[in-house]
Amino acid sequence: MDSAIVVEQLTRSFKTLVAVDHISFAVNSAEIFGFLGPNGAGKTTTVRMLCTLIRPSSGNARVAGYDISREQNQVRRSIGIIFQEPSLDDRLTAIENLRFHGLIYHVPSQELNRRIQEGLEWMELSDRARELVRNFSGGMKRRLEICRGLLHSPRVLFLDEPTLGLDPQTRARIWERLLELRRERGTTLFLTTHYMDEAEYCDRIAIIDHGRIIALDTPAALKARLQGDIIRLRTADNSKAAAEIASRYGIQPAVESGIIHFQISSGAEFVPKLLHELSVPVISVTVQPPTLDDVFLNLTGREIRDESASARDRLRSTIRQMGRAGR
Amino acid sequence: MIDPSCILMVWLRDIIRYFRERSQFYGSLVRPILWLFILGMGLRGSYAGRLGPDPQTSYTQFIFPGIVAMTAIFTSIQSAISIIWDREFGFLKEILVAPVPRTSIAIGKGLAGTTLSLIQGVIIIALAPLVHVRIPLLNIPLLILVLAVLSFALTGIGIIIAARMTSFQGFGTIMNFVIMPMWFLSGALFPLQNLPWWLNLLVRANPLTYGVDLVRRLVLGFSFQAPALNVSFLLIFSTLATGLAVYFFNRGEY
Repeated sequence: MDSAIVVEQLTRSFKTLVAVDHISFAVNSAEIFGFLGPNGAGKTTTVRMLCTLIRPSSGNARVAGYDISREQNQVRRSIGIIFQEPSLDDRLTAIENLRFHGLIYHVPSQELNRRIQEGLEWMELSDRARELVRNFSGGMKRRLEICRGLLHSPRVLFLDEPTLGLDPQTRARIWERLLELRRERGTTLFLTTHYMDEAEYCDRIAIIDHGRIIALDTPAALKARLQGDIIRLRTADNSKAAAEIASRYGIQPAVESGIIHFQISSGAEFVPKLLHELSVPVISVTVQPPTLDDVFLNLTGREIRDESASARDRLRSTIRQMGRAGR
Repeated sequence: MIDPSCILMVWLRDIIRYFRERSQFYGSLVRPILWLFILGMGLRGSYAGRLGPDPQTSYTQFIFPGIVAMTAIFTSIQSAISIIWDREFGFLKEILVAPVPRTSIAIGKGLAGTTLSLIQGVIIIALAPLVHVRIPLLNIPLLILVLAVLSFALTGIGIIIAARMTSFQGFGTIMNFVIMPMWFLSGALFPLQNLPWWLNLLVRANPLTYGVDLVRRLVLGFSFQAPALNVSFLLIFSTLATGLAVYFFNRGEY
């Protein structure tokens, strides 16, 4: 089967808010597919529907060939999920968390022990197997969750903001493992993120805003949609250089705080030509290819920011602290 | 509907956590002991001879069945309420997205609450000789059975509350509006005789009353209502609570 996930006109409303608004897309087998968008765009709601945690208001989807509304158990058997919020029992040890997972997914016990050993080694957690999860760092918990999500060999792995709040080194390490997983097992990965660098790992990205998909393509194709690279240069005489660029190439460059900048396709090829032809001496020049940030900005007129996320996360962690104290 | 490994997992997890958390374990024993020895001893003099058919019954003896019932109600409801914690701390999702029927999750939770409640109940029963309560040996298995049925039903009540509640902020509310009133109105602390009409009404409407009265029968040898009435009420109550618990737990979105 070619499509791991097929979504048709999927919609979910909460009271008056339409969180996910008639979205349709398909994810291929062994593809890494990313949902990119700001907080509140509908990413998590989509994942929750695909994982059968909540029911769609209308529309439908098939995951691993099964209908998410009518074949929930088959869907659940075929998927693994790494939630945005930690979902480990931190009063249990790492190995207890894994054993319990194997138990509810009916993994035969000998097979389970083998997979737990392998998984812990793979995620470099073998030496912490018998420790309580509450003593783990954020990165260790995430690795343990990924290890747990894979214990029942799911065909599709959902990752909701898999590296949110982790340091760059840990993020890189986790991604190394995820890419390996796709390469060696052909697992389909469906992830949501608002990290641009994380989106770059995806084969294809759907950009989602206000519950709708506003673009869907490979990261390279999305970036190629923009007019081109951003060129910034400093010259001996900025106003003369700007006038010359305008007349010679038909571009309207902007001059701001001593720097001329403009956008042009294939910037790297353009620069040698510019240096050769411009009569004003050039002091410095930079070429910046467009980022997914620019793509998002271009499509929505806004930047993806994570301030709201951090505020909410802070609140949530405060509540958790209170909760821990009272528990 | 019934998935034994799912029930085992939910049950075992609660048991492991309970024994790992020593403070919770000791804390749950302190409360009944305080009531029994401090309140019981303190009020003993005031109630001599008016607490039942036997004028020799002391207040400490009288409230002993109530304390046993208290242990059951607190432990079972608290154990079910942990669902709210699991929801807040994410673990509930891990269970809910697994290919297991929710009914089995609810049953596992019910059995865990019952087990913990019985463990504590048995410890309190073992204290009986200290307050001069002599439970006929043959009644003890029956007593444990009654406590088990009662605890399972009460865990069901806890599950209903947990499934309906959206945040754990309300835990104090549950304590004040459910657990305490249910226990106070169960006839655990005073005889079910000569009550003002409104209090009488509330007490008789409380399902726990019938459980406490049944425990009293088995422990002290007398009850205010016919055992058959108590048994039927208890059975109706547990069936209803279990059914509703499963219904609400299945229906909730998480």
